[in-house]
Amino acid sequence: MLRYITSRLLVAAAMVLLATLIVFLIANTVPGDPVLTQLGDVAANNPAIVEAYRHKWGLDLPIWDRYWIFLRGLAHGDLGLSISSQRPVIDDIAQYAPATVELSTVAFLLSLIFGLPLGVLAAMKRDSWIDHLARAVSLIGVSSPTFWLAFIMLAVFYGWLGWAPGPGQIGADQFPPPDVTGFMLIDAPLAGQWDTFWDAIAHLALPAIVLAASTMGLITRTTRAAMLEALSQDYIRVARAKGLLRRAIMLGHALPNALLPVITLGGLAYAQLLTGTVLTETIFSWPGLGRYTFQSAVFLDFPAIMGVTLVVAVVYVFVNLLVDVSYAMLDPRVMRR
Amino acid sequence: MPGDADPLLDVRDLRTWFFTDAGVVRAVDGVSFTLSRGETLGIVGESGSGKSVAAKSIMNLLEEPARIVAGSIRFRGREITALPEEELRDIRGAEIAMVFQDPMTSLNPVLRISRQLVETMTAHRRFTAPAARTRAASLLGRMGIAAPERVLDAWPHQFSGGMRQRVMLAMGFANEPSLILADEPTTALDVTIQAQILDLLRALNADLGTAVILISHDLGVIATICSRVLVMYAGEVVEEGRPQDLLSDPRHPYTWALLHAAPRLDEAVAGDRRLATIEGQPPDARAWPEGCRFRARCPFAIEACARHPALLAVDAGRLARCWVTQAGARLASPQPRAATAAARPAAAPSPLLHVQGLVKHYELPRENFLEPRRVLRAVEGVDIDVFAGETVGLVGESGSGKSTLARLVMRLEEPTAGRIVFDGQDISHATQAAIRPLRRRIQMIFQDPYASLNPRMTVGEILAGPLRLHALADTAAEARTRVGALLDLVGLPPAAAARFPHEFSGGQRQRISIARALAVEPDFVVGDEPISALDVNIQAQIINLMIGLQERLRLTYLFIAHDLAVVRHISDRIVVLYLGRVMETAKSAELFRRPLHPYTASLISAVPTLDAARARSRIVLAGEIPSAIDPPSGCPFRTRCPAAAPRCAAEMPPLAELAPGHRVACHFPGSVAAADRDRSRRSEVSA
Repeated sequence: MLRYITSRLLVAAAMVLLATLIVFLIANTVPGDPVLTQLGDVAANNPAIVEAYRHKWGLDLPIWDRYWIFLRGLAHGDLGLSISSQRPVIDDIAQYAPATVELSTVAFLLSLIFGLPLGVLAAMKRDSWIDHLARAVSLIGVSSPTFWLAFIMLAVFYGWLGWAPGPGQIGADQFPPPDVTGFMLIDAPLAGQWDTFWDAIAHLALPAIVLAASTMGLITRTTRAAMLEALSQDYIRVARAKGLLRRAIMLGHALPNALLPVITLGGLAYAQLLTGTVLTETIFSWPGLGRYTFQSAVFLDFPAIMGVTLVVAVVYVFVNLLVDVSYAMLDPRVMRR
Repeated sequence: MPGDADPLLDVRDLRTWFFTDAGVVRAVDGVSFTLSRGETLGIVGESGSGKSVAAKSIMNLLEEPARIVAGSIRFRGREITALPEEELRDIRGAEIAMVFQDPMTSLNPVLRISRQLVETMTAHRRFTAPAARTRAASLLGRMGIAAPERVLDAWPHQFSGGMRQRVMLAMGFANEPSLILADEPTTALDVTIQAQILDLLRALNADLGTAVILISHDLGVIATICSRVLVMYAGEVVEEGRPQDLLSDPRHPYTWALLHAAPRLDEAVAGDRRLATIEGQPPDARAWPEGCRFRARCPFAIEACARHPALLAVDAGRLARCWVTQAGARLASPQPRAATAAARPAAAPSPLLHVQGLVKHYELPRENFLEPRRVLRAVEGVDIDVFAGETVGLVGESGSGKSTLARLVMRLEEPTAGRIVFDGQDISHATQAAIRPLRRRIQMIFQDPYASLNPRMTVGEILAGPLRLHALADTAAEARTRVGALLDLVGLPPAAAARFPHEFSGGQRQRISIARALAVEPDFVVGDEPISALDVNIQAQIINLMIGLQERLRLTYLFIAHDLAVVRHISDRIVVLYLGRVMETAKSAELFRRPLHPYTASLISAVPTLDAARARSRIVLAGEIPSAIDPPSGCPFRTRCPAAAPRCAAEMPPLAELAPGHRVACHFPGSVAAADRDRSRRSEVSA
């Protein structure tokens, strides 16, 4: 097992390095000149200013030198300065990432907590009302566009019923807790600000549900299909012939096998949640990485784009590593075929 | 409490039907039998006869849409059909246990062996978990697994098929049930492993007094274990009696047909090698015919057969559902036809296929970056010559390299070393383009008639494809004519061309596969287990077809099979493979009369014999074929060989010609005598 994990870690490291190269190359080959975007018309027409600007940001160096500088910086946690915010990109990311991680992790947990049991139940009681309900819920979840669902949820639960607070991470009457981890749901209790904590939860509810909807639909469908597949296997008939309880057959024999495809999907879904929150964050004024990415893209802020893309790549590699390891823990055949 | 005189199991007029959308399938339709404590009962029949469904009904292990609609199953005085689910669960696995056909899929792949054994015992609250674990180890040991404590926590995929079936048996016997249902427990295993498992089952029955119901399509398997056998056909029992009585003097025409359709090792091969077969197929289970259900296919049918016969006594301890034998008539054995066909042409002086020093190594993918690459030595220096017009049989256990050899000969794979010469042309490393003209002359028939035909193409399209590819038919009309002729050749109606593969039975599909292979008029056909997936009677039909086609079209066959009786029946010469090497090769009759290699002798000896007395004196080969990744030094067979000596580990014996055409790779040829030897002599005299 240790050997397997070591080997997967080596692969992951290689993937991250490859990602740095790709990120760097793409950022340096996209059409659009950051100089023109940043300087404005008058300054951009002055060659001296342009030259000085290019020199300041290292844009006049050969591309491999710039990659080397980029890599060296990375080793020290230096992602460069954001052109638009004039702050280290790493600081920007550290500021915005926790809100996104918080939002997508809660959304992911929601979709697991509801999707997994719903899928298992639907498979156990095939063609019953619960199966039909699961089908309807997942169909709606998968097929509702995120921006539409977000507006509807806001309109209904905030505008009309008033059950949920409005956009934002905490209410205007709350003070943000001192920054320890960057995560509101951790920092608030640490500082003893329980009001802030509950307020943050209330603010989190709507965007998390919106984000979770489609993932939960996918997880429900996949779990149901995987359970039915597992239940049709010979070893289930053997388990019945042993006289095991139905619950033991379902949870002890079928579920461990059914979890394998769910893990693959879950890993992809979580990575997607972490990196695909732009719309939801914009609509709910969520101070997360999604909005930061969007703004950086608009301003062709290369260091910021590269930083964020790299974070995304690392997130995918890391989540895949988690998937590989948990796969190996569930399915012994993975390690030694 | 019921007394000892009561039968353990009493099944009366059992009817288990499947309520499908296409109608009610009466899979089991009126089955009655009794079983005493400790008795061994066999159930034999072809696929669809209802034997497995009957067994599942006994522990009510049926799934939708199957239901027991009538009849009674009394087990130790309790009516199974009326028991609620909880009480059934108490019986399942505790008082009645079941062992299934495929050990590769019967164990849950993600749970450890120990967990799967222990839960069997703890589920019935007879053992605490630690006690169950101790018992699991001792059970595995009893089932013949070495170092049981060590392998207890292994995963199923680390076990071979034979070991997994031992685990399944351990599970079955874990709670000391009074009845074990074994549904084709050895069908998926090699003949050597089958012999081990059958021996084990017989010993367990003798030692523990557990009653056994053994379901099999193979009367030989049943005869080695059972004292009584039921023959099922079309959802009902058609004959019941002692195996040896049924075998020597069948009283139902279906039993008669089963017996004569299977080639037997203890009978000489007649001049004409065609087997006795019965026409047609079993009736549709949605509408059994009026009268005797076998009537339409029965060569003995009389007028009375229009009425449904009852299962009545025809002799002491014998029952049959047949008007003919109930009236006292005997079913005569079919007379072996004289060799009508033209004498087989003398072999050509130069071989059609010449294989020399053939080697195929597969580089396995690394388990991970840190491991060295491993090499699987599938074929390790094989020499074979196949002459025009002859049939060469290739035998050996799974893992011996038979199929790899077939794929190499077809040049579906490129050899690592050695030469393959087809009709004078060296194709060892020829490009696919260079081989393409030869593809027309070398064709292959695959094992699985379900997987090897494209389900989205009509039979006509499947057969016309190769014709167009090799430009054998220029126009569509010409192709149609050829397809019609091909279907006729393999005994299918012309209308079959418009239908899809799924509309045909397994036997018909294999006929289509043969037609496809023959479409391009090959002269060399490789059959990779072409009849292994088929029922006995269908096997016989396909064997007859292949023999007939060989005579008419002068085909040359390389025939791979694990059924030794079939190989002996169809082959002129036989090559015995073990771990990628030729162990022995000889003319078919010579090889079975005088096997010189200990491996050949034990393979022949492991075949279940219909003669129960002989079964006990056979050589049961211990252990299993080693991995081709790390084969033993010297002679690869030495690790299992009863005659192995230190010399065998040091050097690989050469393939030496000990008699004309009889080559053996053994330092001590002839040292292990097969018990079958005198028997084949005897049957030869009688023939």
